[in-house]
Amino acid sequence: MEIKVVIAILVGTIFINNYVLSQMLGLCPFLGVSKKLDSAFGMGLAVIFVMTIASFFTFLLYRYVLFPYDIIYLRTISFIIIIASLVQFVEMVIEKVSPALYQTLGIFLPLITTNCAVLGVAVLNINSGFITSDFGLVKSVIQGFGAGTGFTLALLLMAGIRERLELADIPENLKGLPITFITAGLLALAFLGFAGMKI
Amino acid sequence: MNLFNEFKKGLWERNPILVLSLGMCPALAVTTSISNALWMTLATTFVLMGSNILVSLIKGFIPSHVRIPVYITIVATYVTIVELSLHAFQPAVYKALGIFIPLIVVNCMILGRAEEFASKNGVRASAADALGMGLGFGLTLTVLAFFRELLGANTIFGYTFIQGMEPSSAMILAPGAFITLGLMLWGMNVINSRKKG
Repeated sequence: MEIKVVIAILVGTIFINNYVLSQMLGLCPFLGVSKKLDSAFGMGLAVIFVMTIASFFTFLLYRYVLFPYDIIYLRTISFIIIIASLVQFVEMVIEKVSPALYQTLGIFLPLITTNCAVLGVAVLNINSGFITSDFGLVKSVIQGFGAGTGFTLALLLMAGIRERLELADIPENLKGLPITFITAGLLALAFLGFAGMKI
Repeated sequence: MNLFNEFKKGLWERNPILVLSLGMCPALAVTTSISNALWMTLATTFVLMGSNILVSLIKGFIPSHVRIPVYITIVATYVTIVELSLHAFQPAVYKALGIFIPLIVVNCMILGRAEEFASKNGVRASAADALGMGLGFGLTLTVLAFFRELLGANTIFGYTFIQGMEPSSAMILAPGAFITLGLMLWGMNVINSRKKG
């Protein structure tokens, strides 16, 4: 596998098809945890971590269990169970191994189960045709990592802007969610510029 | 009367998208056309109805510490039913909604209603709640899709609106979705504050 493929997948998931700003996945945490930069960073790290591991395990499950035994209709139900138990497991491991990291990520981990971007990346790995291609496992793990990084990038940008918005003079009725959505729209408009990139 | 109140609250007072801000992802992603929005509403309402009824039926048997996995499994079962039937009977819709059909599982609205309402109320109240919430979800989606389809593709239900008008493609893409929903939320705040004042 060439390095070019790796870069193409990374640039594609982080900038061109940013999960939040162009595919509109994972909006609940994007709106909920983007009030402060610190918590946005913690959430971002947790998402990168879970997405990478989830890509790995869901790929293995699909490739070696669901696909050969012709039970792909169980995809949705088995993926969500894998993700939920994975999140629970990661939470327990982090709590035992590194209490300091647990303090930072702890409260965000349970929220990740219902983050549609995680299930989204698992399903998209299957839909991108990685199952039958060479190095499919590596590609899907890279896609998972890139998707998480793109999510973190969007979350950090939004949190930085929202911290400033706190001080701005905004009409009463626009405060809170409405102005956040309009800001997100402008951010998405900026990210639309990446769509012209050719790699 | 009481049932009607449970039904009515989802439409405006506790509208899942505009007030509770749940289920944002499908609301923004599939509202590129009115017909997509209506199919999404149908699918989500079916899953919500099924899960609310089933959860309220078995709420006495679920140990409280494993209730979330049980709810997720119930929801995922209904989503699989929807996925398979759409694939079989409406392949065009299945293709248009794409990844957002399996993602109904993680629509926080469904899990939220199971946790907040169905696990504490009877079957008939839960069904009324599901119907109201589904309809409120659908109304918001339809309004959003109406503006996006009108401005982004210059069509309504696939029919051309003004001959020769150049549509703005940004409305069909992500920015249009964010900005339209932002303006809708603003409008709702304006109406609510007028009512109070």
